[in-house]
Order: sequence, then C-alpha cells, then structure tokens
Amino acid sequence: MRRRVFIASFLATAILSFGGFVSEHMSLAASAQEKPASTAEVKIDNFSFGPAAIKVPVGTTVTWINRDDIPHTVVSTEKVFKSKVLDTDEKFSYTFTKPGEYPYFCSIHPKMTGKVVVQ
Amino acid sequence: MAGNTKDEIVHDHNHDGIDRRGFLKCMAWAGTGAFCVMQGGVLKSYSMSRMGEMIPESMKGELSFVQISDSHMGFNKAANPDVAATLKAAVDKINALPAPPEFLLHTGDISHLSKPEEFDGVEQILKSASAKDVFYVPGEHDVLNDDGKQYLDRFAKGAQPGGWYSFEKKGVHFVGLVNVMNLKAGGLGTLGREQLEWLEKDVKHLKSSTPIIVFAHIPLWAVYPEWGWGTEDSAQALSYLKKFGSVTVLNGHIHQTMQKVEGNVTFHTACSTAFPQPKPGEAPSPGPMKVPAEQLRSVLGITDVSYVRGQHALGVVDSTLA
Repeated sequence: MRRRVFIASFLATAILSFGGFVSEHMSLAASAQEKPASTAEVKIDNFSFGPAAIKVPVGTTVTWINRDDIPHTVVSTEKVFKSKVLDTDEKFSYTFTKPGEYPYFCSIHPKMTGKVVVQ
Repeated sequence: MAGNTKDEIVHDHNHDGIDRRGFLKCMAWAGTGAFCVMQGGVLKSYSMSRMGEMIPESMKGELSFVQISDSHMGFNKAANPDVAATLKAAVDKINALPAPPEFLLHTGDISHLSKPEEFDGVEQILKSASAKDVFYVPGEHDVLNDDGKQYLDRFAKGAQPGGWYSFEKKGVHFVGLVNVMNLKAGGLGTLGREQLEWLEKDVKHLKSSTPIIVFAHIPLWAVYPEWGWGTEDSAQALSYLKKFGSVTVLNGHIHQTMQKVEGNVTFHTACSTAFPQPKPGEAPSPGPMKVPAEQLRSVLGITDVSYVRGQHALGVVDSTLA
C-alpha cells in the first residue's frame, strides 16, 4: 500500500514536470515562429575567412567551417567567443544576441582576421 | 641580403613560372634535417639529404648537432599521408652520419593538433636516433587548446615557466625561445616582455667571444610578414646579441630552407620533415604543397639522387659568419 502511494506521487510529479516542459517548449516554438532563426556561414579556405566581414541581424547563428588542409581557430579579439582548434571540415558556431561589431582572428595564424557586424 | 643570392639559398630557383621544381627540390629535404657543426666558433650547416657529397673530414668540429623541424605528427593529407615514415627517414639519415651528433634540436610543430598520441609518436621515433638528447621549442601546432600546458609538461622540464631556456655545450651558448604564444590579431610571432627581459639577463654575463645559437619556431627575421612569417619583437631580442661575434639563429615554421646574413647574425630556416610550403608570395596562401599521391613516394624516394646533380638551390648550406 505504501508503495502504491509512492508510485502515485511519483507519477503526479512526472506529469507536472512534463507539463512544464511542454509549455516551455511551446512558448519557444511560438517565439521561433514570430522571428525565424537566422543563420550565416563563413568558410575558412586558403588561410582566409570568406567573407571576411559579414552583416547579420541579432539572433543569427554564424557557423565557421574549415575547408583548409591546415587547422585554424576562430577567436574573438575581444574574448567574446573562442573555438577549439578546427581541423579540416570541422565547424564552430556562435549565436550573436547583441548588436555590435565582433572582430575575430585565427589564433594560430593571426594574419587571418575577420569581422561579424550584428545589427 | 639584397643582391647576395649566395646567402639566400632559395633564390636559386628555375624560372619556370609554377613552383613545381622548387617543390621537388624541397621534397628532397622532406624527411631530412640539417647537420650543424661548430668549427672554430663558426657554425656550418649541411643538408642531410646531400650527405653523400660531404667529405667526412670537413664535417668534423668542436661540436655537432642536427636540427629537425615541423614533424607535424598527425598530419595525413595529400601533401604527405605518412609523416611518421618521413620522420623515420630523417632518423635513419641521422644514424648514418659518420660521427654521431651530440644532440638534436627540434624547432617546433612536433605535432599537428597537440594530441598526446602525436607527441608520443615523435618521441618514440626519435628514441631510435643515435643522439639521445633532444632540445625542443614549441610551434603553434603544439600549444593548441591548452595554452601550451601539455607541451610545457612534456618538453620544457627545467625551462623557465614560459618554456624558454638556455644551456651550454662545449663553450657554445644555446638559447631556446618561444614565439608562438599569445599571438595577437593581425600580428606575427611574439616573444613578449617577460621573455625579452630574461634573454637580456641570460646573455649579459657572457663574453663577446662566446658563440651564440638561438633557436625558435617562427623565424626571428621578416621572411614574409604578409603570411605571418616573422616575429614582432625579434629586433629587440637581437639587440641583446649585438656584442657577440658569432650569432646563429635557427628557425622552422616555413617548411623550406632560407638563409640570410645580417651583420654578426646568420639566420637559417629548416625544411619540414612532413610537407613543403610555397615560397613567399608564390601561392595564394602558405598551405601545404601537393602532388598526386602516386608521385609523392617516388619524389621522396629519388630526389636524394636526382638533386645531387642539380643546382644548389636547396643544397648545401655552407656558410661562415661575417
């Protein structure tokens, strides 16, 4: 009998949490519908970022992909973001939530520089 | 350097537009290092791929060692899918020297991605070299992701906290410098204030007749700043060495040999044991130079012979200090 009570309370908790999850999920979906998520890609090739400068709206997720034979990194000059080393075909993404200019460079080959302008 | 092609080994290329010949010549050096010998306080450096041409008597001196560089263990792309094999080839050449060198200098980019197994691989292969002591400096590929912690733990025991150090061998003062840390956006290699202050103190007490050999990964002279081939504050470092009659600077990083004499200082860069890079400005980027896979082995295999008869573009680096 004791066990049955325990199970019942567990189920109730589970249902409540699930309900919470659903409502949270729904609200996320709703906001996503209002404002579709924006994405942009920067290709790393021939020891350069292409395009070297991009303009994106707030909320954009920028993905860098390394198409070079040599590893590179994507490191914000102002320490806003920092990728691990990216070997050939590896990717790094960062979502820009605030407007501003974000200069960055490859910390292995610092002559490689780029900029994301978030509006 | 201008107008003095003897001093800059790579100047002697065949003007055939594309860089294939230069590339093949450099491949002659793939898997090799440079044999260095001090004779009367002057450092002479020989390509290990042309050892057959050397007269053993002329290679004797007070002290000899071998510089190897840019092993890039872990690299497996088209330019050289088997960098372990080319490093082993370098060790075979070292072991075939008529007199074993006292030690090896590795001027960085030991690994390709700073992975423990890559460092292990190089250490394992170098264990079979006749010279047991290896002195390292890090390349930018050795300090990825962890600010060099792994490199420092492994290769910089007894060094200063930042990884730089000096030692004496038979009256020659060796200085290993680190110029691949804390690189700034848009900049070149960097030594930094702390290291420069240490260097100034380190050489201050030495007699001006002491031969000095400085080794670091990125060239300490402006080879080609557009590709980052230089060190921001190298002039400051060299200013501390002005009083010495014999200064030699050994670097890696650019995967090709170059030499330059400036006053009392001779600069050398070594080839990679892994893959060549283009000459400064002769390609859109400094990426690895490739040939079709089936050609690579034959190029590696025959060049020792072919280029014995060739021009001296990447041949013997046999220089005296001014």
